[in-house]
Amino acid sequence: MDKDFKVYKCRCIVKGSCSGEAIVSKDPMCFYLCDPKTGIVIERNHAIHGKSIAGKILVLKSGKGSSVVQVDGFYQLKAQNTLPAAIIIRDTEPVIVSAAVVTGTTMVDRMDTDPFEAICDGDYVEVDADAEEVHVRRNK
Amino acid sequence: MYLTDEEKSILDGQHGVGNMKAMELLVALGKAFDAEKLIPISRAHVALSGQEGDTYWCELLVDGGAKCKVSPTTNPSWDVENLTKFYDVTEEERKLGERTIDVYRRIGAKLTFCCAPGLGTNVPFLGEHIAFSESSATPYVNSVLGARSNRESSVSALAAAVIGKTPYYGFHIDENRAGDFLIDVDAEMGDPYDWGILGYAVGKIAGTRIPVIRFKNLTKNPRPEDFLYFGAEAATSGSVAMYHFVGITPEARTIEDAFKGKKVPPFEALIDQAALDKHEAAISVGETGIINLVMLGCPHYTFDQIKEVDEMMGGRKVHEDTAFWILSSIDTLVLAERSGIRQRLEKLGVRIVADTCIDEPCWKSFEGGLGVTDSPKCAYYRERRGQPFVVRRLCQCVEAAINGRVK
Repeated sequence: MDKDFKVYKCRCIVKGSCSGEAIVSKDPMCFYLCDPKTGIVIERNHAIHGKSIAGKILVLKSGKGSSVVQVDGFYQLKAQNTLPAAIIIRDTEPVIVSAAVVTGTTMVDRMDTDPFEAICDGDYVEVDADAEEVHVRRNK
Repeated sequence: MYLTDEEKSILDGQHGVGNMKAMELLVALGKAFDAEKLIPISRAHVALSGQEGDTYWCELLVDGGAKCKVSPTTNPSWDVENLTKFYDVTEEERKLGERTIDVYRRIGAKLTFCCAPGLGTNVPFLGEHIAFSESSATPYVNSVLGARSNRESSVSALAAAVIGKTPYYGFHIDENRAGDFLIDVDAEMGDPYDWGILGYAVGKIAGTRIPVIRFKNLTKNPRPEDFLYFGAEAATSGSVAMYHFVGITPEARTIEDAFKGKKVPPFEALIDQAALDKHEAAISVGETGIINLVMLGCPHYTFDQIKEVDEMMGGRKVHEDTAFWILSSIDTLVLAERSGIRQRLEKLGVRIVADTCIDEPCWKSFEGGLGVTDSPKCAYYRERRGQPFVVRRLCQCVEAAINGRVK
């Protein structure tokens, strides 16, 4: 039994299957405050200020802020190919769901454990939204 | 989620791609929030932005044959014809501005270009089911007017306007409008700026929860602008889309009323003058010195606020190296002109522009310099465009404009 590897159930919001390195944001995010060229969070005093979300599995507390620039934030990142590969969201909120649907960004929620406990920065995570599963390999 | 035969046929694409896309988004939201069904809406407000992501979505719907069943009012983009006389934009930026206006016309929107619909251009009544986007408008219509809207995105509000329906979840349902926790406030509440700071403080604590706010020693009831600033900041520092002021807002005649039969909890936080002063200090940090722009009107300024600027200016002129813009709605602008205030302010160097948001390419010639605003929300969103803004009270903004520098 591989104790560093775990499988969790989740719920699919936007379909898709992808994997990558995890980045965890315990602060809610407004994607407009990301640099579309690099995917780096530019919001001052933010939990992941200065870090890139591009191509990663983003474990996110929630969305926040303007009801329009969130969507544009997603759109601009998509245009530059710097969106996260998938988003695991803890407190689901309508605006970020809209943004994910419109841009086709894989999104799941309701993991059967607290995602902040189960996943740390640098873990290797597979999100299979179609099977409603999250696979986590802990990085030591 | 239950769908009628007609709704199913829209989802299956039998009413065109545009209607199908709109329905797909409504159903995805409905499923995400366990809605049992869709319900009709009587009003909508779309936070149109003149940004690509949003214009792309509107084009996808209208080019797929969709038209709005409920004609929505809209947020500002920018006054392309007027502002290009003052400032250069690229051909691409001008085209996006024009494309945005064109596409919203075609989908059948009511082009109000104002971000404070609840104060005049689209005012719902108590209990009305609506779909309002714009993060400062949603808390206003829910909390101050007692209408029922979820925190819609610009794209979901447009989808709801097209279909004429919204998923039945969240703030549409009585029990979900009950307060979640109690905050006591004991502080001097003056102009909208103070209410904005309070909103900022409350949003930080609330996150997505519904705060019930109990005031001690409040000397006068908040005005529409005060509510608007409170909600705008609470939705910027947190995701507040609904709040109660005990004895003031319509669903909180009493504290028991605000919690809708749930047990009234002990207060979770006390916000006093010292706490607000601390937040004000945190909000107003940043550079000082020479400025190139004073920008007011995020959210859009009302007639009373413009009148206040006129009084504070007292006939003094704006510094020759400083631009001073007030953003407002077209009806307020006309009213200011009819009342002679617009002309008087213009002679002093204060210009009013309608239909325009702070976050648009027309303002880019100021980037690199320092701006001053009375709106933390303005400062927050201008950061991405590369212009730092310092936040000050209105009276300090006016003094900064006259001196060409901020202290």
